[in-house]
Amino acid sequence: MSSIRFSFDDKTYQGNHGEPMAAALLRNGLLHITNSTYQGRPRGVMGLGVEEPNALVQLVTGTKESMRPATVIELAEGMAARSLTGVGSLPEDPDEARYDKTNRYVDMLVIGAGLAGLKAADEALRAGREVLLIDDQPGPGGHLRHLGQDLPSPLQDLFKHTNLTYLRRCTATGLYDQNYVVAIERRNEHLGNAAPANRARIRVWHIRAGQVVLATGAFQRPLLFANNDRPGIMLSHAAATYVALYGVKIFRTAVVVTVDNQGYRDALRLHQSGVKVESVYDARPAANGPGVDAAKAAGIPVRFRSTVLDTASNAEGLLQRVTIQYLDTKETFQTDADLLAVSGGWTPVADLATHIGIKPKWSAEHAAFLVNHATETLRTVGMLAGDFGGDDDPAVFFGPTLDAEQARSAFIDLQRDSTLHDLRRAVGAGLSSIEHIKRYTTIGTAHDQGKTSGMLTIGALCQLNAAKEDGKPGLSPADVGTLSFRPPYVPIPFAALAGRERGPLSDPIRVTALHQWHVEQGAVFEDVGQWKRPWYFPRPGEKMEDAVIRECLAAREGVAVMDASTLGKIDIQGPDAAVFLDRIYTNMFSTLPEGQCRYGLMCKADGIVFDDGVTTRLGKNHFLMTTTTGGAARVLAWLEEWLQTEWPELKVYCTSVTEHIATIALVGPKSRQLLQELVTGIDLSKEAFPFMHSRETTVDGLPVRIARISFSGELAFEINVTWGYAHYIWERLWTIGRAYDLTAYGTETMHVLRAEKGYVIIGQDTDGTQTPHDLNMSWIVSKKKEFIGKRSFQLPWLQAAGRQQLVGLLPDNGNDIIPEGAYITSLNAVPDESGKTPHIGFVTSAYYSPVLKRSFALALVAGGLSRMGETVNLPIVRKVLSATICDAVFIDKENLRRD
Amino acid sequence: MLYIPCPHCGLRNETEFHYGAEAGVAYPDPNTLSDSEWAEYLYVRANPKGWLSERWVHFAGCGRWFNLWRNTITHEIGPAYLPFTKQPKAPGSITGQEGSGK
Repeated sequence: MSSIRFSFDDKTYQGNHGEPMAAALLRNGLLHITNSTYQGRPRGVMGLGVEEPNALVQLVTGTKESMRPATVIELAEGMAARSLTGVGSLPEDPDEARYDKTNRYVDMLVIGAGLAGLKAADEALRAGREVLLIDDQPGPGGHLRHLGQDLPSPLQDLFKHTNLTYLRRCTATGLYDQNYVVAIERRNEHLGNAAPANRARIRVWHIRAGQVVLATGAFQRPLLFANNDRPGIMLSHAAATYVALYGVKIFRTAVVVTVDNQGYRDALRLHQSGVKVESVYDARPAANGPGVDAAKAAGIPVRFRSTVLDTASNAEGLLQRVTIQYLDTKETFQTDADLLAVSGGWTPVADLATHIGIKPKWSAEHAAFLVNHATETLRTVGMLAGDFGGDDDPAVFFGPTLDAEQARSAFIDLQRDSTLHDLRRAVGAGLSSIEHIKRYTTIGTAHDQGKTSGMLTIGALCQLNAAKEDGKPGLSPADVGTLSFRPPYVPIPFAALAGRERGPLSDPIRVTALHQWHVEQGAVFEDVGQWKRPWYFPRPGEKMEDAVIRECLAAREGVAVMDASTLGKIDIQGPDAAVFLDRIYTNMFSTLPEGQCRYGLMCKADGIVFDDGVTTRLGKNHFLMTTTTGGAARVLAWLEEWLQTEWPELKVYCTSVTEHIATIALVGPKSRQLLQELVTGIDLSKEAFPFMHSRETTVDGLPVRIARISFSGELAFEINVTWGYAHYIWERLWTIGRAYDLTAYGTETMHVLRAEKGYVIIGQDTDGTQTPHDLNMSWIVSKKKEFIGKRSFQLPWLQAAGRQQLVGLLPDNGNDIIPEGAYITSLNAVPDESGKTPHIGFVTSAYYSPVLKRSFALALVAGGLSRMGETVNLPIVRKVLSATICDAVFIDKENLRRD
Repeated sequence: MLYIPCPHCGLRNETEFHYGAEAGVAYPDPNTLSDSEWAEYLYVRANPKGWLSERWVHFAGCGRWFNLWRNTITHEIGPAYLPFTKQPKAPGSITGQEGSGK
């Protein structure tokens, strides 16, 4: 290991490259690393990995990620971090690091590269299977790494196998149905400043495996005693590893408290590294095994049926003295120590197994919840399956009996500062389910999800409900059960989940063939679904209102043009196409002559309006349907659903052609004259080319289809041309159009023009509860034929009086533009008992009309069609507007302008 | 995330599919039903604990609808079958948690 410099809380320290930051902090004498979140008590390193509840830091170099346990950060030159008191904060600056994600399909996924996982991988590789092995440590070996031991030689060859992919620093965060696993691989942090800038900092793996092997190992757990949180109190395996493997030499005298043989092995490591082990205090009446024998042979004193009751600190808050209690006599005594190494047994990592609903089973022999699972798709091995290595023999013991005062400082969840006192209060309040207690006390809800506190909670509940002397049996952990763990197993930065799908890549952007022109003309865009549509085209110095008024007047008095290419377009062909459309639309299409267009409305089976648009019959068996811009995909899906699942006998084929055909809407009284200069092959007069007719012709040899369709009420032509030629036709229009003062308009003007004519936009003027009748469109509902939704119109609730109906609204003050969504109340409405004034509807669209020279609105009002002329109130923020209900068609009720 | 066997494309992730509720509910003759029977068709679908044959569409793939046995408790996936073909039997559950799906 090479020596490096790093900084912590603005001070510079020496450390070794690649060692855990926690080891370097301890070696430099930093026992008191932070203060606890709620009680401000001094805290230090307690564990060895992601189970660490105390030593959270905020990195201040590189990506300033928060709430990283110092136990898992690998030191690199120049690294800097700050201590955190519980809650972290996100950096102000955007995260410039790169994140990516990848998918992997594999025969077998082994999670955990400890001995058990390596053996499972080895067997599978020998059987010819492809294996993905992931592990959150910097290298393989698991427990062996902590002991500083090499892999057994047969397993070293494993990594030469070409069928093995081994990912280090890769943590499985969730196990989902059908062996879907999400894992995050940290690829850069350990490189510090040397990390290449273009390399993804974290890679998210989406893995689907034929078989998943859970070799997730176990965490050592602490015990519950008074003042169990002081710096200097550590898990024994962590303490021994920091001292023996990482050369931490700050401890002089250790007390080891244990319930299993692990405590003896750790005591021996401490002893061999020069720490005086005052004694091992074992809760069990006796202990046998190689670990125990070796510790005794080294001369380490052992006292049985004893444990730690309380601790005391020096002036700096560090551990100074330990109170030991003999469990049978309750006699206590004190002994000085600067390290209290606690071995409370092992808690296998069952998180992933529980993600898919597997319930761990209590084993008193192991003093642990185990998951023993062996199916073709999922297998557990190692400590999770109960293979504790044969020299452990743990007692089911979670700590001594504590009085009320001691319980206040007996911390169950150190991160949450939740104590045994809190748990007793929860039980006293009547809670018995561990899930309820978790929510009441917040135990297990911090970043570590109860990795050390979960078992203590279960143990403390069992203590509270111990067997009574009258023979009433006590509660066992099996009765309590485990907490539910949920993904992610470790925190995942949101940036990693977002990957590269940020900013302009966060969602696909769809643009029309004319987009570049719109950009060059300074259009302001609005998002319509994934489309970028010009909203309005401001001229220099114009505000939005000015531009929209100018665009509207051009369409009503001169000629204006809009890119309508985003309209959904579905090509429908087949001998049964006409029959099919009759069933889909509320109105008749089989009678539509070739070369003509018809507006159609479609409902879902429940009679509610779903989408609308104009469909043109191009041939006997050939229709071109248009849909709303946002509805294109769902309408196509709707058509396919009926064809595939209800009417397979119909020979009809539907194809999305939205991006094959560009559509240019040329609108206004001068549109005919202008267009006649562009297309010479056809007579555009109203007699030769009536409204709702379609003609095919050519412009400069390019095929175009022109239709007399109007979404404004004005004389208008829709020019349809293959997407790739749209820009050419558009430029030709403009060359001719200069003499006509041709004006480009955007979606805002389109909305004003259509609303003046009372044309609805499905989804704006409807909220998913309107029938055609509610929209005053009974004229479009055929009485002659069957269609989807027809039966529902007879349902009493769709015929009931008082349904909301589409009407117009004229504000009494013509300058008031009512906010869309504003509620409508009747003039005589009074607040009900709850103080709320009942509303009779709401405003769906509201604009200023340059033609009417006043504001107007569309609204859905209960029984609105029979309330014409009624004045209503519109309570908005801090004032009440008034308006009069009127017909939804504001201009040209006689349809005189369109010809 | 479920792993769903599209009869046309093979095993694909759930995100490629849309769900279509209970399978085998034919579109009735609307005019022979009472209002409440029609409302039943519109709004009521089986949602048992256990095996249920469901409609799915491979929306981001071949675009085809098919039917699939799925266990609503264990999330086990059973056989897929095409519309208007014979429905295979509900599979047994490896976990023994059986429901009463039609």
